[in-house]
Amino acid sequence: MTAAERDRELLNRMYLIRAFDEKVNELFGEGKLHGTAHFYVGQEAVAVGAIDALGERDLITSTHRGHGHAIAFGLDIDRMAAELLGRASGYCGGKGGSMHIADVDLGMLGANGIVGGSLALACGAVWGYGRLGQNDRVVISFFGDGGAQEGLFHESVNLAALWKLPVIFLCENNQYAMSLPVGNGVAGSVAGRAEGYGIPGHTVDGMDLEAVRDTVEKAREHALGGEGPVLIEALTYRYLGHSKSDAQRYRTREEVDEWRAQDAIERFAEKLRKRKAVRARDLTSLREDAYARVDEAFARAEAEPEPNPESALEDIYA
Amino acid sequence: MPSREITYREAVREAMNMAMREDERVHLLGEDVGVYGGAFGVSRGMLEEFGPQRVIDTPLSEAGFTGTAIGGALVGLRPIVEIQFSDFITHCMDQLVNQAAKIRYMFGGKASVPLVLRTPGGAGTGAAAQHSQSLEAWFIHVPGLKVLMPSTPADAKGMLLAALDDPNPVIFYEHKLLYNTKGDVPEERYTVPIGSANVSRAGRDVTFVAAGLVHNFALEAAEQLAAEGIEAEVVDLRSLSPMDTGTVRTSIEKTGRLVVVEEDVKSGGWGAELVARVCESDSFYYLDRAPARVAGLDVPIPYNKSLERFIRPSPEKVVDATHALLDRTLGRYG
Repeated sequence: MTAAERDRELLNRMYLIRAFDEKVNELFGEGKLHGTAHFYVGQEAVAVGAIDALGERDLITSTHRGHGHAIAFGLDIDRMAAELLGRASGYCGGKGGSMHIADVDLGMLGANGIVGGSLALACGAVWGYGRLGQNDRVVISFFGDGGAQEGLFHESVNLAALWKLPVIFLCENNQYAMSLPVGNGVAGSVAGRAEGYGIPGHTVDGMDLEAVRDTVEKAREHALGGEGPVLIEALTYRYLGHSKSDAQRYRTREEVDEWRAQDAIERFAEKLRKRKAVRARDLTSLREDAYARVDEAFARAEAEPEPNPESALEDIYA
Repeated sequence: MPSREITYREAVREAMNMAMREDERVHLLGEDVGVYGGAFGVSRGMLEEFGPQRVIDTPLSEAGFTGTAIGGALVGLRPIVEIQFSDFITHCMDQLVNQAAKIRYMFGGKASVPLVLRTPGGAGTGAAAQHSQSLEAWFIHVPGLKVLMPSTPADAKGMLLAALDDPNPVIFYEHKLLYNTKGDVPEERYTVPIGSANVSRAGRDVTFVAAGLVHNFALEAAEQLAAEGIEAEVVDLRSLSPMDTGTVRTSIEKTGRLVVVEEDVKSGGWGAELVARVCESDSFYYLDRAPARVAGLDVPIPYNKSLERFIRPSPEKVVDATHALLDRTLGRYG
């Protein structure tokens, strides 16, 4: 793959994530989805940039806001759409829904409904693989500014630092834990906490795909060199509500518009245009293809059969 | 099978040593399990044999190292976590209940978490309210977990090996006051099937169902009652989840009377579940007395010896409950 092809693929992934979660939002609006979901729209550069820095055998753990991580990691959007519609052909056979999409064999160790709940699992995955003689894998532990407020964040970073585990703790500071502004939930800064654990800490512009990728690449080298974990705080923003039922009374339209004005997809597309990696009409078709692909995924999923109700009694024990 | 008498503590250690020798994926993690040998000496000598990469002194982070063990199990390790006192499991409830127990189900059956969490529970040591609880019933309320509570050294070894062979998360309850108890334990490797109760004493007049330390109380009470001509059958439940109601039902269909002996507080205890299952089944019609429960009183565990004795089950309380049951005036169908 040439550099230009790779850049186009990154742009494609960002468009797919945006199209996917805009579609999910739309389907909720039309009453065609039940349950809930959390939208990644606005944060695309973090997942796509960070995961682009990973090797084939590397791993991720994700969060309740996990569609972006899953798509960036290469999960199949047909099966994701099927899971959201609760179909038997979905990633979890309709048992997990939006918050539990996983492909453990591929290295995507699961979205997670518990804020901060996946940080120790990330530590354990690379500890486990390391003990099985596979020291060539790193894991990105995605979490949010909300997750950084939980006790398990501190326990996990402490343990990973002590055991020199190859974990990249990647905090997506999207400015709000549901309605709570980060300034009311995080004393000091998330990245600043690295110092207390004696590990590198970086703050990066999460709306800049290449900045995220460069930072994660360096963190990966550090981790693979046996130097232990790195803590990265990516400053980003979610454009849509926390979940499908959010009147967004805690922020202004102006604030949302300010962040939208530095949109990560637009910025990356502009960079590629300047480098002549893409032409304007390529951009249009990439974008349109992504939206069409997502429509197709949900249309296919809708035609898939529902699971047998009795399958609710399966998969409790191995 | 050649056997010899060893303590419960030695039996647990022997099972861990066997598993660790035969399978490099088995690791032990916990607070002070290394050079100290565990707060109750269960892992003494293991650091020396297996080294610090496999017998791991963790930071004081029950949630952190339990979650780490779950992540390791998810990718193919077989970790044993020791929680120093079972009360401290409260620190890792999210990791056990929301993660370990549900990962397989949430992921549609495409993952498993072969984790064993060992922990000593129970009162009787003067350790007061935060180091003496019996919280095992919480975990039978969580599909996806298995809960074991062996009462003898032989079962401790066989059930721990069964837990380590099991591809699911298993909570393995030990008891501080069982560690020094002795019993015949076969030298070779064997497993006791998870979900199988054991009739430890045969009798015709009343059935005692017990688990853990208080199984010994049930046996003592049975001996005292035998002197009066009352023959109690004792069922050692051993596995709280899955719960072998079949063995219990067979026994009460013979005796017609049921006394549950449990150390946890009565309200919401595992005995309540057992009694409910019996009464929902056709075995209900074999009962000629209402079932009774001898359990901890519904209070935190107090420090003072006589206070603690007052609120805990004892062989005497089992005897008294049995007398009350047998003496009870029957209703109009009597």
